[in-house]
Amino acid sequence: MKVSLAIPCFVDQIYPQVGVSAVKVLERLGCEVDYPEGQTCCGQPPFNSGCWDEARAVAEHALEVFADSEVIVNLSGSCGTMMKIFYPDIFKGTAQHFAALKLAPRVYEFSDFLVNKLGVRDVGARFAGTATFHDGCHGLRELGVESQPRELLRHVRDLTLIEMKEAKTCCGFGGTFAVKFPMISTAMDEVKCASILETEADCVVSNDSSCLMQIEGLLRRQGRSTRCLHLAEVLAQT
Amino acid sequence: MAAPDQRAEVFERIREALQRPAPHRHAAHSSGAHPAPDDGLPASDEFRDWLPSVGITLDEQIELFARNADALKAEFFQATTADDVVRQLAELARENNWKRVATHAHPLAAGVAEKLSLSLPPLFTAPGYPVAELEQCDAAITGCDALVAQTGSVMVSAPGAGGRALSVLPPHHIVLARRGQMVPDLTAAFRRARELYAPDWPSFLSFITGPSRTGDIERILVLGAHGPKRLTIFLLP
Amino acid sequence: MSTHVQDFKRMASRYTADLRHRGLIQRALRSYEVKRDENKQRFQSWEEARQAASEIKWEAINHLDRHLQELITKLEARGTKVFVAGTGAQARDYILSVVKENNVRTIIKSKSMTTEEIDLNEALEHDGCTVFESDLGEYIVQLRHEKPYHLVFPAMHLTRDEISDLFEKELGSEPTSNPEELTMIARRAMRQNYCRADMGISGANFAVAETGMISITENEGNARLTTSLPKIHVAIVGIEKVLPRLEDLALFLPMLATAGAGQALTCYNTLYGGPRQPGEVDGPEQFHVVLLDNRRTELLADPEQRDALHCIRCGACLNVCPIFKNVGGHSYGTTYQGPIGSVITPHLRGLQDWKHLSNASSLCGACTEACPVGIDLHHHLIQNRRNANQSKPSMVEKILYGLFAFQMRDPWLYRISGKLAAFFYPLHRLIKGTTLDPLINWTKTREFPAPAQESFHDYWRKKKKESPDGRS
Repeated sequence: MKVSLAIPCFVDQIYPQVGVSAVKVLERLGCEVDYPEGQTCCGQPPFNSGCWDEARAVAEHALEVFADSEVIVNLSGSCGTMMKIFYPDIFKGTAQHFAALKLAPRVYEFSDFLVNKLGVRDVGARFAGTATFHDGCHGLRELGVESQPRELLRHVRDLTLIEMKEAKTCCGFGGTFAVKFPMISTAMDEVKCASILETEADCVVSNDSSCLMQIEGLLRRQGRSTRCLHLAEVLAQT
Repeated sequence: MAAPDQRAEVFERIREALQRPAPHRHAAHSSGAHPAPDDGLPASDEFRDWLPSVGITLDEQIELFARNADALKAEFFQATTADDVVRQLAELARENNWKRVATHAHPLAAGVAEKLSLSLPPLFTAPGYPVAELEQCDAAITGCDALVAQTGSVMVSAPGAGGRALSVLPPHHIVLARRGQMVPDLTAAFRRARELYAPDWPSFLSFITGPSRTGDIERILVLGAHGPKRLTIFLLP
Repeated sequence: MSTHVQDFKRMASRYTADLRHRGLIQRALRSYEVKRDENKQRFQSWEEARQAASEIKWEAINHLDRHLQELITKLEARGTKVFVAGTGAQARDYILSVVKENNVRTIIKSKSMTTEEIDLNEALEHDGCTVFESDLGEYIVQLRHEKPYHLVFPAMHLTRDEISDLFEKELGSEPTSNPEELTMIARRAMRQNYCRADMGISGANFAVAETGMISITENEGNARLTTSLPKIHVAIVGIEKVLPRLEDLALFLPMLATAGAGQALTCYNTLYGGPRQPGEVDGPEQFHVVLLDNRRTELLADPEQRDALHCIRCGACLNVCPIFKNVGGHSYGTTYQGPIGSVITPHLRGLQDWKHLSNASSLCGACTEACPVGIDLHHHLIQNRRNANQSKPSMVEKILYGLFAFQMRDPWLYRISGKLAAFFYPLHRLIKGTTLDPLINWTKTREFPAPAQESFHDYWRKKKKESPDGRS
């Protein structure tokens, strides 16, 4: 299957290893991976701030970049939500509405793609240790991603998955919220990290790198060494 | 000087506002529009498919009611005759030093109240009854309009339970019900209320589900906040 | 900048730093969640029930003129005096006129957020009335001269010892740390007030159009007492509380109880259809229902957000909101807290003054998920942000996002910016945590990751060069 990768801008710039891991996993499973090089950003920051004109300007570019992609796999629940759920909203009543409606069904979150489109749960991965999974809110509540990452992790050899109490509680990132209301964002982060540490897992895994940035940011400030990995990074290990 | 009623203006605003249609939404997928239900509003019988299930037979319903009452910390007894009830209440009266009970013009309730023979005769809630005396009563004995199996509730009304205050002011509320008054769920209870009263509805109709309670202090359950601390339900044939 | 946003930030900073407070609220809400889930499980299908509730409310609100008219007609037919108030001030004035006409001096109240919304207590007290809040939580915050902390649990933020101290100070009672004893103190204090009050004031959870009744849901019995003994009962009801049919309550009462309090059904669910009717032994001689608009029609006029009027005031969205759990109910500075409060307050009190509540959210969507009538809460928050921006754009954001868009539309410019950021990042170490640090809002509390030296794009280019057929 030919798959176009949508790499969120912060994965491209800060966590490229996540993208590299995703390529590895997809190719291992026999996919032909394409990376439309013109992609930049999905436009979520201006969208969340209510600046929809600017969001549309960025999103228009994304619509062009992915116009010919049959299947788009996004490595972030929040970016995937932007493209799949919010593009039709922001382009309502504009010339690009049709293009946005055409794009939406072709966008998949990474774990959802593996489990529901490829029909694969065992990707041949091996990762020794214990892990706990953090559900990124957009993936969970907008895209219905909940069981998919867990099924994939359960098939990873030598990995033990431990559920944390606050798995589905928001980590507090929320885009610009994290810097506009830092005290609230940090308080939420504290609740999340305390829950992670309570499991005593070696690492916390998520399907959204922006959440991992938030979580790792606080864990490291607290002097904790729990590893923070994207699902793709775990699945890439053999 | 009070402002005049604004209904004309408010209705005007409502009508104007509603000229722009709002989409139907599927509650589970908030970002998708949902087609309008073409068969009108969900019928209350349909609620039965989604609300907690209730057994079909009367015995199953009574059993469910009993379980619910227990969970609610209400007392539920099945009695064979009114005299059984009197015996049990006399015991309670002794234990708790009852001086006076209140009741209303309900053959079963009044009969039981009178047979208790306490130091003071029962207070009857008739028009103009002295509220201060009701406040001093140790218990209230009332009838009811229905028992609801699904929720463990007692349906009362002004005519069916001696007014509004009788079943809520004294600290112990005792309900006398008959088997034929057991209904499976709230839908059936409303139907029963219709049969009993529509179109001359009473001004007061209430579902009592357990003794009064509060969780306002550290979310800890305490019984007897303002209403009765004890609720005892007798089911007679 | 509006002082409301300054107040909010100040309160939020104070409460997020108060770990004891956060712990208290988290524990309280965790126990609620357990009970709520237990009761949701008893439903054969909670999701279908939600969908039905959503549809019934859609009908009620989108044909509000019809159902409201029926409600009024049916109420008036049985002797109820109905007053339709366009504004909070008109509602207050009407109630004060009833007070005056009847020489009312003592008033007992059951819990009503609508009365909070219109600042009724202050007006009554200013007029010389004594007002008793009978709901235990409301009574407690009244004694403390505080606003309710949560729209269902007004005193959630207090410990038993704090309540004991309060009762000792205000009522002269013996100190005790036993919740039951504390409740009995309040019960005793309130009992005489029920019997002696001239007027009882309540809100309503629902208003049934078909039979002309209001429905009040409670656990304590204080609302029943408030409406049984005084000669006058005044109920203040938002116009959005309307339900079309009596039997709709068979669905709404259990859902309100489950979502709002984690109970199968609350202790007392009472329908009031008029003043004392002929043949009834007690009950008020006068029954007044004040139907309140107070800018609800403005929300009604917004088809995108009209479903916010479906709200049954259960508080479920507050209970699951991670922002609420960390900043607490008093930070909001509004009658209605939490997600629903953040959605509707801009409509009820002004968008520009209250948009910050819509900004103070990570948009996690837990609220929408929890809402028993399926209100699209978290999307409404984004819409508020958009509306606020459209009516009064921020110059700073316009410039910032203008540049952002300019950069992001040009892949080459985007990549150059990325390279520059990676290049200059090591300098950040020098200013990290200082007033010069542009990332200070992050670095104050969290570590910030360094940009990668080789971006994914770089990796991809390399990969293509090494194996032009695309395989690695």
